[in-house]
Amino acid sequence: MRSSLEALVVENLSKQFGGLRALDGVSFRVEAGERFAIIGPNGAGKTTLFQLLSGMLPPSSGRIFAFGKDITKLSAHRRAALGIGRTFQITNLFLNLTVLDNVLLALEASGLTRFNLLRPIYSYKDFLTRAENILNQWGIWDRRNFPVRSLSYGEQRQLEIILTLSQNRSLLLLDEPTCGLSPEEAKSFVSMIRAFSREFTILLIDHDMDVIFDIAEKVIVLHFGRVLAFGYPEEVKGNPQVQEIYMGRSNESS
Amino acid sequence: MVFFINQTINGIVFGMLLFLLAAGLSLMLGIMRIVNLAHGSYYLLGGYIGFSIAKHTNNFFLACLGGLLAIGILGMFTYKVILEKRFAREALGQVLITFGMLLIISDLCRWIWGGIPLAIPKPQILQGAIYFGKIVFPLYRLAVIIMGGVILIFLWWFQERTKYGAIVRAGVDDDEMTQGIGINISFVKTLIFSIGALIAGFAGVVGGPFIGLSTGLDIDILLLAIVVVIIGGMGSLWGAFVGALLIGLIDSFGKSLLPELSIFTIFATMVIVLAIKPSGIFGTK
Amino acid sequence: MKNPKLPIAIVIILAFLSTLPLFLPPYYTGLFSLMIIFGIFAMSLDILQGYTGLPSLGHAAFFGTSAYMVGILNVKIFKGCNFGVELITGILSAAVVASILGLIVLRSKEVYLLMILMASSMMLWGIAFKWRSLTGGDDGLPGISRPDLRPIHWDLGSTTHFYYFVLLFFIVAAVLMYLVVHSSFGHTLLGIRESETRMRSLGYNIWLQKYIAFIVSAVFAGLAGILIAYYNGFVSPAELHLVTSAEVLIMVILGGAGTLFGPAIGAGIIILIKNFVSGYTEHWMIILGAIYIFTVMFAPQGVYRLFRQFLQK
Repeated sequence: MRSSLEALVVENLSKQFGGLRALDGVSFRVEAGERFAIIGPNGAGKTTLFQLLSGMLPPSSGRIFAFGKDITKLSAHRRAALGIGRTFQITNLFLNLTVLDNVLLALEASGLTRFNLLRPIYSYKDFLTRAENILNQWGIWDRRNFPVRSLSYGEQRQLEIILTLSQNRSLLLLDEPTCGLSPEEAKSFVSMIRAFSREFTILLIDHDMDVIFDIAEKVIVLHFGRVLAFGYPEEVKGNPQVQEIYMGRSNESS
Repeated sequence: MVFFINQTINGIVFGMLLFLLAAGLSLMLGIMRIVNLAHGSYYLLGGYIGFSIAKHTNNFFLACLGGLLAIGILGMFTYKVILEKRFAREALGQVLITFGMLLIISDLCRWIWGGIPLAIPKPQILQGAIYFGKIVFPLYRLAVIIMGGVILIFLWWFQERTKYGAIVRAGVDDDEMTQGIGINISFVKTLIFSIGALIAGFAGVVGGPFIGLSTGLDIDILLLAIVVVIIGGMGSLWGAFVGALLIGLIDSFGKSLLPELSIFTIFATMVIVLAIKPSGIFGTK
Repeated sequence: MKNPKLPIAIVIILAFLSTLPLFLPPYYTGLFSLMIIFGIFAMSLDILQGYTGLPSLGHAAFFGTSAYMVGILNVKIFKGCNFGVELITGILSAAVVASILGLIVLRSKEVYLLMILMASSMMLWGIAFKWRSLTGGDDGLPGISRPDLRPIHWDLGSTTHFYYFVLLFFIVAAVLMYLVVHSSFGHTLLGIRESETRMRSLGYNIWLQKYIAFIVSAVFAGLAGILIAYYNGFVSPAELHLVTSAEVLIMVILGGAGTLFGPAIGAGIIILIKNFVSGYTEHWMIILGAIYIFTVMFAPQGVYRLFRQFLQK
């Protein structure tokens, strides 16, 4: 019934926290390989939406389909296994572990090696080679034994993306990936994401409008938990309602 | 029938004592996220101090006052000098420190008052009993039940009607935020910890004529209070009350009907509640 | 990456441990046996606490259950030692307790977990205390015989021979635990300790990993329990008591949570202090309480790390 061309279908999704309706009847579709952005003022429900999509919170009502499968009731780790990867707005890396350890944990997540109680982790040549390849691509292989804590903030944000990439996920949920980055860092981030292959479908939240309009092919605007507008970037940009809620925002923009 | 009613009365009385402890524990857990493993020790030490005062002055109410004040001050001191410091920020650190206090207080009590179980004599005016046919309802136990209710009302008033209580309910522990509304959060936390300790010490004296004082009671009663908090829900006053009555009754009936397995019935209750609602009956999250 | 001084240190320590009965009086050989047994116990808790990040004040549950199994089989059923059966039953019983407890307990949040484990272990204590017919109540079960290892000429009645017996188990257990902690599985435990949400979004079923860690930790605690039964020659509810859980917990913290060998050293330190203090006063509990408070105030990362930092200077 669902076309396999659709990476994500969200049907009438709602989330209630006590008296607060954080999301109200949100529906949209994302095609495979598409770059899809979710924008809206603070409190509009963007992060709640991500929590629901990644499986960290259960919805109050509504359904979610990923690659044709109903994932509404699946836990976070099962969705990850299905191909949904996520980065976090506030860096959620293993700060006290080394860069290499972080990547290894991402790699170990598939397959059954994580149940191997005896064989030393660093003896897995396959993992080490793959880690080396990925880290080399990003130029941090030489710092693989440093704790992640010692990396610069920009490098940590990069590592967030690296972890997701190393896992062969097909649907990437990027939660404010350029948050806290300098303009140059943000620019290089954007080119990096633009260079991703079409095997990845990307859902993106960000406050930086330049980033959004550089990457997104479709944009959805959330306001008070509801879909306010949806369409191509230029359409959304030109939408008077959207402009209204953002006019005030541009004065206090980050 | 008589048996049933007697056990019920005993269960409710014991439940009241547990409520006093559990309420303090729950308050400390709810706002300050402190697991005070020395809470049972506060009970025991308060009781012992009350015992000594009663022995020397023959005045039960003075004993109550003494136990209450002594432990309240101990609690205040413990919080300000030790638990507020940076090394005690994390849960594990607090657990270890309060557990260390448990060990120290437990040994001190045994040192000073000996290992033989002691009891505090009931006050004169509460010596009698009310008779309903074949049922004997000791006045003292009635007084404890009433007192438990009074304290419940007091704590409810504190939590719902005072600004300190508002902070407890909001679960706020952000210094800057509360300073902005003119409240010194450190003062509130110290106050709460002291009140919790004070009530525990008071309970120790009140429980003196009923369950006595002995080595090991500190741990026994701490565990029961913890089970009450787990069942009732962390940070919930009603949870502490309902849970305490429940455990009090189960303990009372359990000990008389299945003495070898009474602990197991309490454990089973905890497991069942956790299976149905992991955050406790009145718990949130 | 690894400190080159470490293998040297290991060799020195092993040499010391293997030869100490030659130059120490039997009393101290016996004391070291006790230290080694608690070393195994402490390392097992470290898997749970230091590596997975699940602190427990109820670890005596596995230690004591296993010890009681040995006691019951040895004293009541075999009326003598059947080592093979006792060994397997002891370890299995610890694993069974863990597999049941784990189902109930591991869904709870941090603070709850600690309290529930504490309560559960004391429940077991209460059962052992009350069930006189099975466990001997607070008198315990005296008269446990040590294994008869014929045809090997090892008389475990001798302090020295028993010490080597225990040392052998310690080395095997230490090697196994070292492997577990450095394995892929052990690696994922670190991830859980550092960030559970990250692990979930990476695709890990963290409940399952914790459950396995819980059982593995219990198995080694159970091994220690078997050895303590033979060491003491009796078993009593003390092996299940909160104070025992507390002693092993402070051994882990004082030694250094998450270092595996730190807790073994912590065990040695606590046993030595306890032994020394008990010679002068009955009030060991006050000293233990003070150790608790001082460790948190002055050495929360543990002696092992302090020593390593000191070596690097």
